[in-house]
Amino acid sequence: MTTTATRPERPALASPPPALRPERSPRRIALSQTLSRWDVKVSPYLYISPFFILFAIVGLFPLLYTAWVSVHEWNLIGGQGDFVGFENFAFVLGQPQFWIALRNTFSIFLISAVPQVIAALLIAAVLDRNLRAKTFWRMGVLLPYVVAPVAVALIFSNMFGDQYGLINNMLGRLGLDPIGWHSEVLPSHLAIATMVNFRWTGYTALILLAAMQAIPRDYYEAAMIDGAGLVRQFFSITIPQLRPTLIFVIVTSTIGGLQIFDEPRMFDQFGQGGASGQWMTITIYLYNLGWGQLNFGRAAAVAWLLFLIIVIVGLINLALTRAIASGDSPQKVLARSQRRAAQKEAAR
Amino acid sequence: MSTSRRRTTAAAALAGATALTLIATGCASSENAASSGDGEITLTIATFNDFGYTDELLQQYEDENPGITIVHNKAATSNDARDNFFTKLGAGSGLADIEAVEIDWFAEMMQYSDLLTDLSSDEVADRWVDWKTEAATDADGRLVAYGTDIGPEAVCYRSDLFAAAGLPTDRTEVAALLEGDWDRYFEVGQQYVDATGAAWFDSAGATYQGMINQVEFAYEEEDGTVIATENDEVKGIYEQVLEASATQSAHLGQWSDDWFAGLANGAFATMLCPGWMLGVISGNAPDVTGWDVADVFPGGGGNWGGSYLTVPAQGENTEEAAKLAAWLTAPEQQLSAFEAAGTFPSQVEAYDSEALTGATNAYFNDAPVGEILINRSQAIEVAPFKSVKYFPINDAMQKALTRVDSDGTHTIESSWEQFVADVNALG
Repeated sequence: MTTTATRPERPALASPPPALRPERSPRRIALSQTLSRWDVKVSPYLYISPFFILFAIVGLFPLLYTAWVSVHEWNLIGGQGDFVGFENFAFVLGQPQFWIALRNTFSIFLISAVPQVIAALLIAAVLDRNLRAKTFWRMGVLLPYVVAPVAVALIFSNMFGDQYGLINNMLGRLGLDPIGWHSEVLPSHLAIATMVNFRWTGYTALILLAAMQAIPRDYYEAAMIDGAGLVRQFFSITIPQLRPTLIFVIVTSTIGGLQIFDEPRMFDQFGQGGASGQWMTITIYLYNLGWGQLNFGRAAAVAWLLFLIIVIVGLINLALTRAIASGDSPQKVLARSQRRAAQKEAAR
Repeated sequence: MSTSRRRTTAAAALAGATALTLIATGCASSENAASSGDGEITLTIATFNDFGYTDELLQQYEDENPGITIVHNKAATSNDARDNFFTKLGAGSGLADIEAVEIDWFAEMMQYSDLLTDLSSDEVADRWVDWKTEAATDADGRLVAYGTDIGPEAVCYRSDLFAAAGLPTDRTEVAALLEGDWDRYFEVGQQYVDATGAAWFDSAGATYQGMINQVEFAYEEEDGTVIATENDEVKGIYEQVLEASATQSAHLGQWSDDWFAGLANGAFATMLCPGWMLGVISGNAPDVTGWDVADVFPGGGGNWGGSYLTVPAQGENTEEAAKLAAWLTAPEQQLSAFEAAGTFPSQVEAYDSEALTGATNAYFNDAPVGEILINRSQAIEVAPFKSVKYFPINDAMQKALTRVDSDGTHTIESSWEQFVADVNALG
């Protein structure tokens, strides 16, 4: 049942003095129409604009300004000097230290990111089962994440001491040679990767767990009825269903991994990546140039090179992840099992 | 005070990180030092490590000068303070009203002396030892920094380890034993090593630091030309210390966790000891009873470290800040800083004071540290010339020493080649 309310007449407002009528009313209609058209078209952009305005100020502007700095001679205090074109880039690319830093960055990134994502996947898969005290375990894996990186570095630098460190002491007791955690390249990368993994594995696991729980349980039931075991379910349902989340995790861990700074900086007392640059990453190299030598032009050039490297690696990464994840999609799996069945037939 | 690579304890580093955050976020002079109409002024002061400026000392100034409030921020290391200082000096805002500056990067700062307030006045004209004042006076004759402490070096030794090696243990006998040049120091070191098989000194880097601070023009000539890689004196010292290190060094990089452990566990028998180092030893090896200090230093006297207070011109209350800086660096206040933190005053008048001449240190077997350090400061003959590139070159040198001494990844010759390449890359 509806009631129709009649609009009260408002003669005074509805009909202005006759003399003004011919000019004003068409204009007023036009304005309100325009406004409402704008409202429809512009408002959505207005509502999302705060992010982009903020991004332009804190993201885009520094990026472009860094590019501006990188083509000048620029001292941290003295400020802008002469325009030098791509001289800073040429200098940096000609330095063996830059290539050492690049090697270290990728090495530490691979040693940390790959085991980390795999371990996080396994942890998430275990946490996804019906465990007693679920919340306790789930909070437990996040615990390392809330420890400040500086504190983590303090604990680990105690463990990884060359002469009196915990690990080398234990190796010594077992009659093994101590490992030069700070003097050799690979052990130092392993030690830093351990710190990174300690901090981030739980966090990654929780993100993956959240995605796992969103997978409809029907799939698993159906798979179970079809006779698929746990491992088969994991590879044929869980992994393909996690694809978007996996891409997210891999892309963010790539960006984080290539920008790694805290852990290598806290790894020894100087924070410059070792006497021969054993664990000097690109960000540490950038820091040494900008704040050690006060040469901002070169530091900015390194920053831009790092940016380009991250973009390139990110794209490669995205392509790889897509290929791998779709390779495991249910259709393909079916095709493969059919192929296998066919092969078996043929063999017989 | 102290060297640039000083890291005290693990806890201090953590606390310092917090302090740095405070500096980064809250202590901008433009925010805190705002003076309101009724003469209420807040002055910020930024130091690092431990300058010995206790809360009581600052409270005393606040009581004597109503309307002044002092906020004191401490960074953990001189390196952290340096990064913060240069970043904000370049930005033109954000520095504290009074900024502490360490001698190793002092020359870098002096390039920009026009960004600092001229502090010269008759009242402070003859306050410091000459070389301390000279270093803080720029080409235009402006005094831009007030000296706080200096680091006259003595030799610290473990008397219990000396006894075990059949060496004398009394500090006057030890002084007589080590009297001479560096050859003598390494010669006695070899005796000790032969007798015990243990290490004589902590690291090549720390020992090198003591040796290079006796060279007037090590890395740069007076006009700023870099001579580090061609200077035979530098290479000679580099080779001498590394050749001795092969048998005599404990291979513990200074300020590393291993080094702090070594202070306590007797990994080495001697180390070079500026005044401020006494506090580092007693603080990190509180249960060891053997440490002592001898009134001797190889090759004459030597200074390691020491700091200044500056008043950046970007502050809003430079006049009041200058008054506070003058008060803090007056002999009386520096004496109480010495009592609190062991930082040896750079003020001439303080050397006659009973508080300094009579000072002893129970930890170092009641050594008359005041008297020893006064003698050591009078033995200093050379004020090393440290210009713009000194800090980065010395950094590259320390890495070169570490590669051979602690890491063992390079030979003396190949590490020197890397050093030459690093210095050339600074260009």
